[in-house]
Amino acid sequence: MTENGDSTPLVVLEGVNKHFGSLHVLRDINLTISRGEVLVVIGPSGGGKSTLCRAINRLETIDGGTILFDGKPLPEEGKALAGLRSEVGMVFQSFNLFAHKTILENVTLGPTRVRGVPKAQAEQRGMELLERVGIGAQASKYPAQLSGGQQQRVAIARALAMDPKMILFDEPTSALDPEMVQEVLDVMIGLARDGMTMMVVTHEMGFARRAANRVVFMAEGQIVEENTPDEFFTNARTDRAKDFLSKILTH
Amino acid sequence: MNDLIKYAPDLLAGFLKNVQLSLVCAVFSMILGTVLVSMRVSPTPVLRAAGTGYVNIVRNTPLTLVLAFSALGLSDTLGVSFSDEPSTNSFWLVVLGLSLYTATFVCEALRAGINTVPMGQAEAARAIGLTFFQSLRMIILPQAFRAVIAPLGSVMIAMIKNTTVAIAAGYLAESAFVMKDTFDDTGVSIPIFVGIVVAFMLFTLPIGFFTGWLANRLAVAR
Ligand SMILES: Nc1ncnc2c1ncn2[C@@H]1O[C@H](COP(=O)(O)OP(=O)(O)O)[C@@H](O)[C@H]1O
Ligand SMILES: [Mg+2]
Repeated sequence: MTENGDSTPLVVLEGVNKHFGSLHVLRDINLTISRGEVLVVIGPSGGGKSTLCRAINRLETIDGGTILFDGKPLPEEGKALAGLRSEVGMVFQSFNLFAHKTILENVTLGPTRVRGVPKAQAEQRGMELLERVGIGAQASKYPAQLSGGQQQRVAIARALAMDPKMILFDEPTSALDPEMVQEVLDVMIGLARDGMTMMVVTHEMGFARRAANRVVFMAEGQIVEENTPDEFFTNARTDRAKDFLSKILTH
Repeated sequence: MNDLIKYAPDLLAGFLKNVQLSLVCAVFSMILGTVLVSMRVSPTPVLRAAGTGYVNIVRNTPLTLVLAFSALGLSDTLGVSFSDEPSTNSFWLVVLGLSLYTATFVCEALRAGINTVPMGQAEAARAIGLTFFQSLRMIILPQAFRAVIAPLGSVMIAMIKNTTVAIAAGYLAESAFVMKDTFDDTGVSIPIFVGIVVAFMLFTLPIGFFTGWLANRLAVAR
């Protein structure tokens, strides 16, 4: 429970617009994410999905509209912005583990340096999280010594170590060899079951059907369709979505 | 050969001055170079512009002019003085000029190192709530340093040799100065000349080997 009570949405985007030069990448986005909700964002490449994710923890600024997180507008800079980011976990397509730090150090850096958690305590919690994602035995290795699937699970543990209110996943399995996709999805499904608020950019239909509450289809910077996972994959309402699904489903 | 032996104590004292200058300049130029590169990659336009301007001006100014400015401009005209003892004062003026100059090369080497660190790691650092300077200090610079240990070694070797240009900043009895002084007495002496070269090589060669070895040892696996 938070001070705001469980009924206020965790994230509210209203009329959000974003340009890269003359390219209009987010067009009047209105989107609400409730606490505990798992939202899957799907759509063609270049449609603005990553930009949407990055706008929510302000890795990308917006030029119009408002984004509220936990009832408050996103801070613009400085300590307040760093504070917001520490509450929103992010998992990237390319893992982005800190290459010169061990697996355990990757997971404890945030808690010790951002939150001021004592080292021993952060390490104990870090080990618990690594066990939870099945990497406990690799704690003292370096990222380059792990497989892609293992690295991505470490990245999830790193996000979890901050006790975030929400985690953003930007195509977390797209860079993985096929045999490693499921081990990462399993961890994510576990998180969803435990009530983590998640926004997941993915084309993994199995994940969307098992774990998502809602699917948002995005193309050319717009939200084209919002639907339940089952409805979306079997009976999409818009032609744009049907067309897209027919392309990915033939693969 | 007799000249070399006869003047050995003076020559050795001169060479030790070069060593002293080198050690102090190494520390200052590394620190200042790190500050400069932090400015050059910072998100604040004013800091970026200041860092870029400084590096481009100082790096492209001949060292003798930088040192002459340090001695004549700062010391004689502006009255900056580090000590009443002329040789101590000269020592610190040389340290100042040479460090200000060498720092620009340290900065540029580090900037090349920063470019080897994948952008995504900086984003991941920001995404867990590290500020720009925390991510620079904990994530970017440690990897940048390791990537450019060998080039930094070259910058340090150049700096060590540059300590012999100290003569441009006034009276300081380092090797080049002592050599010139000695030649005034003896005429040009090949053994003395070779002796100084060997001394410098004994100093700089191991730095080249050591930084090459260290670069391999500390390379960040990707
Ligand atoms: N930093 C950037 N500068 C310029 N254009 C960008 C930048 N990031 C993304 N874009 C462009 O914005 C559009 C949307 O990108 P993105 O949000 O990455 O889409 P998606 O994740 O759906 O593939 C694309 O056309 C992309 O080329
Ligand atoms: Mg993307």
